[in-house]
Amino acid sequence: MDKFEKLTGVAAPLDMINVDTDMIIPKQFLKTIKRSGLGVSLFDEMRYDDDRNEKPDFVLNKPAYRNAEILVAGDNFGCGSSREHAPWAIKDFGIRCVIAPSFADIFYNNCFKNGILPIALPPEQVDLLMRDADKGENARMTVDLENQSITTSDGEVLTFEVDAFRKHCLLNGLDDIGLTMEKAPAIETYEVTLAQARPWV
Amino acid sequence: MSPKTLYDKIWDDHLVDEAEDGTCLLYIDRHLVHEVTSPQAFEGLRTSGRTVHAPERTIGVPDHNVPTTPGRDVHIDNEESRIQVEALDKNARDFGIHYYPVSDLRQGIVHIVGPEQGWTLPGMTVVCGDSHTATHGAFGALAHGIGTSEVEHVLATQTLIARKSKNMKVEITGKLAPGVTAKDITMSVIGTTGTAGGTGYVIEYCGEAIRDLSMEGRMTVCNMAIEGGARAGLIAPDDKTYAYCKGRPHAPKGAQWEAALNWWKTLFTDDDAKWDKVVTIRGEDIAPVVTWGTSPEDVLPITGVVPSADDFKGGKVDAAKRSLEYMGLTAGTPLCEIPIDTVFIGSCTNGRIEDLRAAAAILKGKKVADGVRAMVVPGSGLVRAQAEEEGLADIFKDAGFEWRLAGCSMCLAMNPDQLEPGERCAATSNRNFEGRQGRGGRTHLMSPAMAAAAAVTGRLTDVRELM
Ligand code: SF4
Repeated sequence: MDKFEKLTGVAAPLDMINVDTDMIIPKQFLKTIKRSGLGVSLFDEMRYDDDRNEKPDFVLNKPAYRNAEILVAGDNFGCGSSREHAPWAIKDFGIRCVIAPSFADIFYNNCFKNGILPIALPPEQVDLLMRDADKGENARMTVDLENQSITTSDGEVLTFEVDAFRKHCLLNGLDDIGLTMEKAPAIETYEVTLAQARPWV
Repeated sequence: MSPKTLYDKIWDDHLVDEAEDGTCLLYIDRHLVHEVTSPQAFEGLRTSGRTVHAPERTIGVPDHNVPTTPGRDVHIDNEESRIQVEALDKNARDFGIHYYPVSDLRQGIVHIVGPEQGWTLPGMTVVCGDSHTATHGAFGALAHGIGTSEVEHVLATQTLIARKSKNMKVEITGKLAPGVTAKDITMSVIGTTGTAGGTGYVIEYCGEAIRDLSMEGRMTVCNMAIEGGARAGLIAPDDKTYAYCKGRPHAPKGAQWEAALNWWKTLFTDDDAKWDKVVTIRGEDIAPVVTWGTSPEDVLPITGVVPSADDFKGGKVDAAKRSLEYMGLTAGTPLCEIPIDTVFIGSCTNGRIEDLRAAAAILKGKKVADGVRAMVVPGSGLVRAQAEEEGLADIFKDAGFEWRLAGCSMCLAMNPDQLEPGERCAATSNRNFEGRQGRGGRTHLMSPAMAAAAAVTGRLTDVRELM
């Protein structure tokens, strides 16, 4: 998994509550064989019209935000189905950090599994970041995971909470698999015992 | 030593590591993969430069979106399906896992192929990126579905990060009445406990009626444990289990068979083991059942009538209203007067040889009713071949059934076999969700014998009328 240490980039404001995983990536894209390549379909129905032309009003279609790396959004982000395609699409677009007052549980977990940092902040702080993001591409924010801080384009500093274990995993690029691999000796020991006790397995 | 349930025993035997917070690392004996939930997992291995830790324990077979008509080994029309199948072909080759391509006679639904080939054995841990992995519990194996990230985790490490579930006992006492089958048992259990009744539990099915079932029937029972919300379903192995396993291609042989048998015989729940929940149903009380709604818990005896939303309480009132509207049914209609236009016999619930025998026994010398489209999709190429040898295929064909190649087919309608909006289907599969068998399609779940009876009369039918 990609590490997440410190990120300075453009933040896109998506001032909507209850953004569900169907909006993030509709079901017709689940027949894919890849995790990658979903970025063009991120927010598909909001982003394109029926003729597959970009809707100019949608935030990620605006010139200032086409390379956004941070998303600032409303309450209950990522609700709906458990599809892991949602964080895959976000990451493939290039967004590595989502900031919102709250997240749906499964989506929140899925983010960490995919190298994305979801940050939950009190609504008034999200409002402040939303206004900062509104300023466009010259207003770059910095998210520092080590110090658990966000620096706005004006130099204002906010702090955030994150579970210590998850922080450790993101900082070091450790996914579940990486962590389990640290236990390789225990797995090997088990396999040696298994070969003796139940050789037919 | 404190008494243990069968689940406790299998769990303990597979524990690689246990963290202080109760998170466990469980060793996985068999990992089954299919084309829909595995591509991203293999891709993940590639991008991180990892390999499959134990390819010899990993078995691949395409089943979910393969067509069930001839020529599919040469060309699959639907591009996305074809790409998914081709990806599995390539991944199987590149990573050296056991593989049964569509061109192989042994290809079929992953949960039918595993036991058939002797991959599934008592006391094993079995996982697959598919919720009906519960099927393998019929062998006394701890078997359940996993997500795509977990598929990758198992591929890379042959372990799964897991937390232990609670123990639930479902006992079916006594004998079943004529016309009542394993499918009626498992549907009746869900009708009793509800779709969330098993949430947080691993179920062990026991009692005389379960013991009396064949291995095929036991697989049908465990298959639908997931519809009852359980993580897995289990049945303790016995002589029938050993007899089924013996001689299968990947079952142990010679001295290893004896060693395995000795160990398998320790796989039962100790007297006085602690259950967190117990449900008991009298076998005599189970009738041939069908579903009327869009949740697998919407189960009624075929002798009943369509319920009214007012018969329910709480959130189920609105759910029932929505179900009845979707299903196009009016309260008070006798279930056996509901006309159908499609019959689907197949799936990992009821696509085994015994299921085809039961359906053929009803169909022999009869014809599918006018206007009804009926199809049999055997669960595997071997089931299909055996049915042809036993003359069952001719019975189906003479009756007017389509005789298909193996796959999931109309169980989930990811391939071309789909219901049209408003079409009503008597199905032997396991899910009657809105749109499950095609957009706007209406599904009634039942046993293979009941589905065959419906094919003959063109309406939901009490199979006992035709026996
Ligand atoms: S037959 Fe149906 S339930 Fe079984 S594995 Fe296939 S799609 Fe899933």
